[in-house]
Amino acid sequence: MRVMAQMAMVMNLDKCIGCHTCSVTCKQAWTNRSGMEYVWFNNVETRPGLGYPRTYENQEAWQGGWVRTPRGRLKLRAGGRMKKLVTIFSNPKLPSINDYYEPWTYDYETLLRSPATKNFPVARPISLLSGKQMNIEWSANWDDDLGGSTEHAVRDEMLKGIEDKVTFEFEQTFMFYLPRICEHCLNPSCAASCPSGAIYKRSEDGIVLVDQDRCRGWRMCVTGCPYKKVYFNHKTGKAEKCTFCYPRVEVGIPTVCSETCVGRLRYIGLVLYDADKVLEAASVADDQELYQAQRECFLDPFDPEVQRAAEEAGIAADWVEAARRSPIWALISRYEVALPLHPEYRTMPMVWYIPPLSPVVDVIKDTGHDAEDADNLFAAIDALRIPVEYLANLFTAGDVGPVNGVLRKLAAMRSYMRDINLGRDPDESIPASVGMDGETMYEMFRLLAIAKYSERY
Amino acid sequence: MSDTKLGFDGGLGDALVASRRFFTRNEVSPDLRTITAKGGREGDAFYRDRWSHDKVVRSTHGVNCTGSCSWKVYVKDGIITWEAQQTDYPSAGADRPEYEPRGCPRGAAFSWYTYSPTRVRHPYVRGVLLDMFREALAEYGDPVVAWGSIVQNPLKTKVYKAARGKGGLVRATWEEAAEIVAAAHVYTVKRWGPDRIAGFSPIPAMSPVSYASGARFLELIGAPMLSFYDWYADLPNASPQTFGDQTDVPESGDWWDAGYLMMWGSNVPLTRTPDAHWMTEARYRGQKVIAVAPDYADNVKFADEWVTPAPGTDGALAMGLGHVLLKEYYADTIPPFFAAYAKRFTDLPNLITLDAADDGTYRPGKFLVAGDIDHPEGGTENAMWKPAVMEAGGAVRIPRGSIGHRYGEEGAGQWNLDLGDIDPLLTLHAEADALAVEVTLPRFDAADGRARHESRGVPAMRVGDRVVTTVLDLLLAQYGVERSGLPGVWPESYEDARVPATPAWQEQHTGVPAQQVTRLAREWAQNAIDTEGRGMILLGAGINHWHHSDQIYRAILLLTTLTGAQGRNGGGWAHYVGQEKIRPIMGFQHMAFALDWQRPPRHMNQTAYWYVNTSQYRYDTFTADDLDAGTGFFAGKSVMDLLCQSVRLGWTPSYPTFDRSSLTLGDDAAASGMDAGAYVAQELKEGRLKFAVEDPEAEENHPRVLSLWRSNLFGSSAKGNEYFLRHLLGTDSAATAQEAAPEQRPTDVRWAEEAPEGKLDLLTTLDFRMTSSTIFSDVVLPAATWYEKYDLNTTDMHPFVHSFNPAIAPPWQTKTDWDTWKVIAKRFSEMARDHLGTRRDVIAKPLWHDTPEAMATEHGVVKDWRLGECDPVPGRTMPVIAVAERDYAAVHDKMTSIGPLMEKVGMLTKGVAYDVRREMDILRRRNGVAQGGAGNGQPKVETDVQMADAILHLSGVSNGHLATQGFRTLEKRTGTQMADLSAEHEGKQIAFADTQVAPVPVITSPEWSGSESGGRRYSPFTINIERSKPFHTLTGRQQFYLDHDWFLGTGEMLPVFRPPLDMSRLFGEPQLGTVDEVGVAVRYLTPHNKWSIHSEYQDNLFMLSLSRGGQVVWLSDRDAVKIGVKDNDWIEMVNRNGVVAARAIVSHRMPEGTVYMYHAQDRLIDVPLTERDRKRGGIHNSLTRIVMKPHHIVGGYAQLAYFFNYIGPVGNNRDEVTTIRKRRTPVEY
Repeated sequence: MRVMAQMAMVMNLDKCIGCHTCSVTCKQAWTNRSGMEYVWFNNVETRPGLGYPRTYENQEAWQGGWVRTPRGRLKLRAGGRMKKLVTIFSNPKLPSINDYYEPWTYDYETLLRSPATKNFPVARPISLLSGKQMNIEWSANWDDDLGGSTEHAVRDEMLKGIEDKVTFEFEQTFMFYLPRICEHCLNPSCAASCPSGAIYKRSEDGIVLVDQDRCRGWRMCVTGCPYKKVYFNHKTGKAEKCTFCYPRVEVGIPTVCSETCVGRLRYIGLVLYDADKVLEAASVADDQELYQAQRECFLDPFDPEVQRAAEEAGIAADWVEAARRSPIWALISRYEVALPLHPEYRTMPMVWYIPPLSPVVDVIKDTGHDAEDADNLFAAIDALRIPVEYLANLFTAGDVGPVNGVLRKLAAMRSYMRDINLGRDPDESIPASVGMDGETMYEMFRLLAIAKYSERY
Repeated sequence: MSDTKLGFDGGLGDALVASRRFFTRNEVSPDLRTITAKGGREGDAFYRDRWSHDKVVRSTHGVNCTGSCSWKVYVKDGIITWEAQQTDYPSAGADRPEYEPRGCPRGAAFSWYTYSPTRVRHPYVRGVLLDMFREALAEYGDPVVAWGSIVQNPLKTKVYKAARGKGGLVRATWEEAAEIVAAAHVYTVKRWGPDRIAGFSPIPAMSPVSYASGARFLELIGAPMLSFYDWYADLPNASPQTFGDQTDVPESGDWWDAGYLMMWGSNVPLTRTPDAHWMTEARYRGQKVIAVAPDYADNVKFADEWVTPAPGTDGALAMGLGHVLLKEYYADTIPPFFAAYAKRFTDLPNLITLDAADDGTYRPGKFLVAGDIDHPEGGTENAMWKPAVMEAGGAVRIPRGSIGHRYGEEGAGQWNLDLGDIDPLLTLHAEADALAVEVTLPRFDAADGRARHESRGVPAMRVGDRVVTTVLDLLLAQYGVERSGLPGVWPESYEDARVPATPAWQEQHTGVPAQQVTRLAREWAQNAIDTEGRGMILLGAGINHWHHSDQIYRAILLLTTLTGAQGRNGGGWAHYVGQEKIRPIMGFQHMAFALDWQRPPRHMNQTAYWYVNTSQYRYDTFTADDLDAGTGFFAGKSVMDLLCQSVRLGWTPSYPTFDRSSLTLGDDAAASGMDAGAYVAQELKEGRLKFAVEDPEAEENHPRVLSLWRSNLFGSSAKGNEYFLRHLLGTDSAATAQEAAPEQRPTDVRWAEEAPEGKLDLLTTLDFRMTSSTIFSDVVLPAATWYEKYDLNTTDMHPFVHSFNPAIAPPWQTKTDWDTWKVIAKRFSEMARDHLGTRRDVIAKPLWHDTPEAMATEHGVVKDWRLGECDPVPGRTMPVIAVAERDYAAVHDKMTSIGPLMEKVGMLTKGVAYDVRREMDILRRRNGVAQGGAGNGQPKVETDVQMADAILHLSGVSNGHLATQGFRTLEKRTGTQMADLSAEHEGKQIAFADTQVAPVPVITSPEWSGSESGGRRYSPFTINIERSKPFHTLTGRQQFYLDHDWFLGTGEMLPVFRPPLDMSRLFGEPQLGTVDEVGVAVRYLTPHNKWSIHSEYQDNLFMLSLSRGGQVVWLSDRDAVKIGVKDNDWIEMVNRNGVVAARAIVSHRMPEGTVYMYHAQDRLIDVPLTERDRKRGGIHNSLTRIVMKPHHIVGGYAQLAYFFNYIGPVGNNRDEVTTIRKRRTPVEY
């Protein structure tokens, strides 16, 4: 056992309102400068949708992450490190600026400085790359709220294989939001892609950083990251990425995106894991076992043996205490409601998600499903607008079992809590039906619903 | 795993990484998987530097937003860098989510404005006007004379007015710009009278000091402030109609308490971003959540069910729900919880006189009152204002708590809702001697849009020679709930669609399945029974911006009130549209409207103001009877005629008021030796004096000077934008509408052959950024941003008050609003010395709510002195006439000190009087004392901080002494216990300095209807329900029934479904769904933008980068196919009001037949010339116009009485239709 500590995040998508405050506060704090105009360390995508950069999940095209060879070894999808060195000057697998978007501003000055003219003045868009007038055809968030859905959302990679389950008809509409930052992976393919060794994981907290002094701007990391969360600063010629706000985290303040999340859906905490298990976990044969395998890397901070090993590894006692109080540990391991994003990329991502509930579909309007009614509890889950298969493609490499399990827990919690809310005796059979006891369910409720500042971070 | 060797492919590559172990300080993991490092801190010093800052300043944003979010503004090297949310709010409670962090992406992007290229850094004046002014000043030497010489010259005015909006702004000095503005004000006061000047600054709650700056100056000179809440169509007239209250709603933290939550036309994540978490979190408590929205809106995702009524049919949906409630929970059996609530807190048991009609049926009539029957319980005072109920056996009783008990000596200690020994009947159905009589009831759901009538029976009793029934009995008939033995047309079951208001009937109109409605109604009722009324409906702009939104709302308020949900934590209505509550309302009102120096103020409903002054009434190609679906009640009248009547009867304000200057009128009255009121009444009666509204196109009746601050009228709220441009400003307009034909024209108004263009002489805007309003303005003054000034911030959704503080001093030549208006006031006062002096100003004020003036019209029977039905009596049958002495040279002195009326007369808010001598003493010591001048010895309000402290000291919510004093006063009237509500905070005084430290919780005060005592969440009307305090209505109860003549005559006495206006019939627009070579005709809706707060932030580069970068319209994929439009194609929308050029967002989440154009996208960002006109494309309001609903100008009658932003015609705009088509020609700018 080699205990390491990792800062991690869980986002409860069931609470995400898609407001993009996180994106703006992050942008303002970190990337509001030249060379980085198109860069959003944090972005929020409407799903179904194409994401940012467009179609980043299409690894056939972008070649991010790891693949497992028939021999059971891991290989960067974009090719081994040798290949990277060979192709270093002509990396063809980078999204173009159009796949992100061409950043622009406007000639705002015209509004004030316009000479007397025939028509009311107007500010026109100007490219921040070329300085020329441009037509805006894509933005950082073009397909927000299903904008242009029949052209864009229909091409969502996650719909592949479930086309029969999703129709783009008004009556069947569904959507939800997916906020994304760097995953600060346990097995980062960006770092492995870097010919300069500039990308590293901080040994004390696992934050993945680009050493700005060492980066030579090869951009292999951009290809290597399957989440496309490493960006190229075209002014400095170096890669930059989400830093998990380490200058804040180091002094005990949450990341900007977390603290400014008005949906209160972000949790930050420390997770202890066994570094010796990561490679094995990342190499399991079946993509659908990666979720479980990654969880098995995590160490129980309440286990005295783990505590001992942590001490030996030089992890301070207060860090272990932090791991015990970590909401991340609770959501991933105790309540088992958080799932990793795209475990099939085999990077062992450390930003996890609670999948969203959604309204029941129209077809059962007539008879109705009262989600708070214990009798209807799971029937309603089966009729949710967001197809479980879609969520499974995001979070469990297509395995609907764990997703169903989470949604059932959330539904059971609502049902259980309704009795308490109404002053009735709680029905202990409800938590039991999802393998929990009432007390645990109540604690989970407090963490998800009341979620005070000190409990979220 | 055992038979394969873990590791990585490509041994050479691995070796490369592994070898790095030896020459880097980084560490490669033993499995060669990755590199870790302890160091890196120096290499990444960049991010540490980036994060470092010098200071963090608390501030917030003053846009029209209910967020009330407190922000940290980061400053480095004297430069504002970025902002992030504060998290230090008062706790909402141990077992609840907290307020933190509060904020949204719009607010988070605000600092962009500080140094942005759209920042207004210096004063600007349109060059052509500036040249004229300089020339004239050189010639005449006196700025007032110079201004006069320009505006008296039609050639000159035509030139500079036609240039409005078309560039050519040039820099001026502050002195010069202020001189022009001040001179125009002085000239206009002198030449036309002060009420030809107006100011508009929206919703004060989020920055009351900034609002008060111009408001105080303008009220001191006698110029009206224009309203906002009604103008925005955010005011739900159903609230004053039902509750006698402008609007009072739960704080968002109270959503947590609800057991059942409906979001109805309220897209919470988008418009209530910082509050939305309460909704998502309350679901985890087992709250059931329903979303009612015609599109798959952002909030639908969070709901258990999505209910999709066709746009504008929400009233039918609500009636369908109401039908099931009334049938199963009122007619079949009535749960004790509902019965007890209904008897005490609603007008359901009140008796209504039924009037026999010629056809043998009856018409619903007036409330039976004590005075009708000389009832001994009515006493001698106000007997005509005490409605009656009946007890079993037929005894008529007069419960306490009506408006008749609210005023006069007899009512002292009687104005409460305790029923005493009275047990009123809700229905007369079980009474042995009840008659079964048929009443004729209207319905408006016919395909041709015309009113129809049906008769259904009610049980009735005789009282003397009257036949009476209860409000509940009428309601059951109105909703088609059959009971045994009653004649008439009734539905056979819920599936019977022929008769309102069955679930099947509503399905025809809404498309919502009848079974779903039945089930939801039962769930709603059962939840209310299980939780004692903890069911809440969030209402939003989606249903409030319709012409008949008052009826939609009344039908929805029926659902909350029938189930005992009003006045409960977690229950009742939650109207979240522009409702920003100025918590410290009392101090604010008195200071902002200069009530410390003179009373009454001039307050104007803005909808009526622009309906008249932008000549939109001339384009009413219909009569009031057409608007009223042909009931015949308004036959022969236009809406303008009704407005004129409302004005002359004193129901609604009207400025400019008379066709004579109010100062001249003061001289004339003095010369006559008569009392001003008597003089005005006489002159009106003799026809020598007319109301300006009776001849709005005459030059002496035009508005002349308009100032905007904190406002973007021309890019945002100006319904009928193109008529503004034409008639008010005199510049380019895209309206093509026809004027009314002779038979449609008003009869009480002189019809000018041609309406003037460019009525306004001076438009001034204070702003920190360029907007449609600044580009049209003659003078643009550079304003400080929200991060550069002191101010206060409150709303109703959050029970705390916090502050603005300058992160940097106002840069360049910018000034705070407070300082700008002081500069103008100073210059004005100097010029006034020679030009104006001291004058007597005759003010006509409408009959006010919450005063005895609201008892002017017994039984709501309209008597018009013009028709000889009565005499013109000021304050009874016509406006109150008051005289204010205005020392125009002292305006600046008065503006900057608190006047003596505070001590002499005290304060009055919502009918409760306050003695504030103690507070004035404190303010003298806190703010200092003015030396010399008009304010000598009075407390100073020279600075914005002093103003903020004045507001806080003079309001109960921030001054526990005042709150407790107010409750003690109220106790004398109600006879119930109140003062304990604020006693826990009697010694608490919130000072401005406190709000700088952290958001401070407010104190329960009689200014509002809910209680925060003991740290509970705010919910409205809890004081009414828990302390027996009557509602401010006729009956003192929540009122379903409105018996004013206009409501009875038009069939709106009870909630009734009124479909969207038929724009084809009224205006000749194509029928919805028409597809031809022009495009497809669609319903045109203008909801809130995800990327802006009204027009603010729309031009913000961050918001544009996260959206589509310009003006867009959402349409469904099905409509897009009809006109060959693909996502992001340029489209053009055209109707009679104007043209819009925008891009399309095509999405299947939109319903067919409806397009959304987020409102207030403004025309400044990437809007091309239109294909049709080759002129700059319009804004969202280029396709709308004002269509006033007459019911909103009823006044002088209990809760139907005027107060500023309390009641009034709304600038509704949802009923509009437009044609949308793909642009065919190349885009040009």
